[in-house]
Amino acid sequence: MSEPANRRGAPKGGLTRRGLFRGVGTATLLGGCVDRTSTTDPGGHAVVDDATAPAELGPDRVPVRFTLNGESVEAAVEPRTTLLDALRLDLDTTGPKLVCDRGSCSACLVLVDGLPRNSCMMLAHDVAGREVTTVEGLSKGDELSALQHAFVRHDALQCGFCTSGMLISCAALLRRRPKGEPLTATQVQDAIAGNLCRCGTYPHVVAAVLEVASGKTERAGA
Amino acid sequence: MNRFTIVRIPSLKDASNRVATTQGAVLRAGGIDLLDHMKEGLQAPSELVELHAIGGDEGMKLRSMDVHGDGRRRLGALVTLAQIAELEELFEGHQALAQAAAHAATPGIRNAATLGGNLLQRPRCWYYRHVDLVCLKKGGDMCLAQTGDHRYHAILGGGPSYIVHPSSLAGPLVALEATIDVRGVDGTVRTIAIEELFVGPTVDPMREHCLAPGEILLSVTLPVPAPGQRSAHAMAKEKQSQDWPLAEASVRLRMDGGKLRDVRVALGHVAPVPWRSKEAEAALEGQAPSAELFARAAQAATGPAKPLPGNAYKVPLCQGVLRQALHEAAQIPLPE
Ligand SMILES: Cc1cc2nc3c(=O)[nH]c(=O)nc-3n(C[C@H](O)[C@H](O)[C@H](O)COP(=O)(O)OP(=O)(O)OC[C@H]3O[C@@H](n4cnc5c(N)ncnc54)[C@H](O)[C@@H]3O)c2cc1C
Ligand code: SF4
Ligand code: FES
Ligand code: FES
Repeated sequence: MSEPANRRGAPKGGLTRRGLFRGVGTATLLGGCVDRTSTTDPGGHAVVDDATAPAELGPDRVPVRFTLNGESVEAAVEPRTTLLDALRLDLDTTGPKLVCDRGSCSACLVLVDGLPRNSCMMLAHDVAGREVTTVEGLSKGDELSALQHAFVRHDALQCGFCTSGMLISCAALLRRRPKGEPLTATQVQDAIAGNLCRCGTYPHVVAAVLEVASGKTERAGA
Repeated sequence: MNRFTIVRIPSLKDASNRVATTQGAVLRAGGIDLLDHMKEGLQAPSELVELHAIGGDEGMKLRSMDVHGDGRRRLGALVTLAQIAELEELFEGHQALAQAAAHAATPGIRNAATLGGNLLQRPRCWYYRHVDLVCLKKGGDMCLAQTGDHRYHAILGGGPSYIVHPSSLAGPLVALEATIDVRGVDGTVRTIAIEELFVGPTVDPMREHCLAPGEILLSVTLPVPAPGQRSAHAMAKEKQSQDWPLAEASVRLRMDGGKLRDVRVALGHVAPVPWRSKEAEAALEGQAPSAELFARAAQAATGPAKPLPGNAYKVPLCQGVLRQALHEAAQIPLPE
C-alpha cells in the first residue's frame, strides 16, 4: 500500500495556511483574519484594488500590471490570453514552456505569490497585482542559483524542455521547507509528481535537490 | 479560446443574477475544467463571472474552513485541493477526504482547483471531450463508449451513458455523510445531502449535477465525527501521478466492542455517480473486522457490476482498492 503523500511528512504550509481552519462559534466566523493575499486565497485570482466595484474586462485588449521576477510589468492583452502566452509572447519571458496547454505536464509552471501554478491554465488577468516568478527569476542575472548549479552537477537535464518547470517545483519545495529541516527523497518525488520528463531525468533531479537541501554545497538555498 | 469578458462582481447576489440572466455567462472558480472545455471548443462562454472576486464576508466564507461550535467542519467552495490535502491531522475521522485531495491531479493543479469546481467538473469520457463527436451527453442519440473503447468507463450503474464520475473528492464526501449548502438564484440557501447533488444518466444523461445556472455551491459541511471514527481512501492509477484514477474507494467506520459500526462505503471512478455500496455496508455492519470479511465485502460491492466487454479488469481492481481502504481504516495490516 503506498503511503499517502501527506502522510509522509511533506512540508506543510505553516501557520498561515493552518490558521485557515479556525474554531468559531456556531456558523459565525472569527472576523478580521482574512485578507486578499495568497496565504488565504492561494488559488485566488487578481488582487483587485477596489473590491466593491464591479469590473468588466474585455473582450478587447486591456492592460494588466503585475510583478514579474521582481520588476513591475504591464501587458495589454485580451481576457482570453493565458498567463503563459502573455509571458512568452508579450513579455519575452520564454523560460516557461508550452507543451500540453492543458495542465497535464507542468512545463509551464511559474510561481504565483510563491505557489507553483500551471500558467497555461490561468489567464494573464488573474495575476493582476500579484507576484510571478519564472525560471528566469531563480537566478540573479547571470549568476545561477544553488539549485541550478546542482542540476548541472547532477546532470538533471537532457533535452531540457521540462527543466524550467522542474526547477520551479523544486525551488517552491526548498523555499517552503521549514528552516534547517532536511528533505527526504519522497518529498522531492511528491513535489515533482506533476512534471513530465520524457528523457527520464527524475533520479538526477531528486539527487540535485537533496544535495542543495543538505546544505553541503557552497551556496545553499533555492 | 473564444473571446469573452471577465466579470468581477463582489456580491453573490449580483454574480448569481448575472449568470442566471446573461446568455453565455458562466461561473469560474479555479477554471481548470472550464478552460479545458474552452480550449477544446466544447464551450464558448461570453462572460466568465469570477467567484474569486466575491468580496467581504461572503468571499471570506467561500475561501475559508472553520469549525462550528458543535464540532461540524465547514469548507468553503473556493478552498483548494492543496489546502484540503494539508489538513489531514486536523481531520480526525475525516482523513479519507484529505487523502483523496492529496492524490488528485498534480501539485500545480491542486493549487488552483477548488472544492466546488471539483464536485461540479464534467466527465473525462474521451467521446464527450472530442468536439466533433455528439453522444448522448451532448444531445446525440447514442453512447459512443458502449460500443467503442470503454476501458475507463463504468462497471456499476452504467447506461444509457457509461461515464465514470470524475471527482476524487465526491466519494470520500459521500462516505463521510457530508452535506452541501447551495445558494439559489432567489437568494435562499438550501442544505442537501451530498448524494443529492449528483444526477445519474437514467435521470438525465446530459448533466451530472442538479444545480441550475446561477446557483452557487457555497460550502461543504462534514458532520461531527463519532468517537473513534476512522476513514480511509485508496485508489489505483495506471501511473502513480498525473493520471486519473481507474478505481477509488472511500470508507468510514468506527469500532464498538470489537464490531464495525456506522460503516459507509463509496466507490469512485467505477460508476456515473459516486457509488454508495449498500451491499458492502450490509456485509460489514456489526461484524468483527478481518481480512476474510473485507474480501467478502469487496465481493459484495461488485456483485451488481455489469462490466462492458473492455473493462472487466475494473471488477477485481475495484475489489482491491476497497479492501485496501478497509484495512487502512480498521488498522489491520494487508495480508499480502
Ligand atoms: C492533469 C490533471 C489531472 C487531474 N486529475 C484529477 C483527479 O485525479 N481527480 C479529480 O478529482 N480531478 C482531477 N482533475 C480535475 C480537476 O481537479 C478539476 O478540473 C478541478 O477540480 C475543477 O475545479 P475548478 O475550481 O478549477 O473548477 P472550474 O473549472 O472553475 O469550474 C468547473 C465547473 O463548475 C462550476 N463551478 C465552480 N465552482 C462553482 C460553485 N462554487 N458554484 C457553482 N458552480 C461552480 C463552473 O461554472 C464550471 O462549470 C485533474 C485535472 C488535470 C488538469
Ligand atoms: S459514456 Fe457518456 S459521455 Fe461518453 S460517449 Fe457515452 S454518453 Fe457520451
Ligand atoms: S503546458 Fe501547461 S501544463 Fe503542460
Ligand atoms: S529533460 Fe527532456 S523532458 Fe525532461
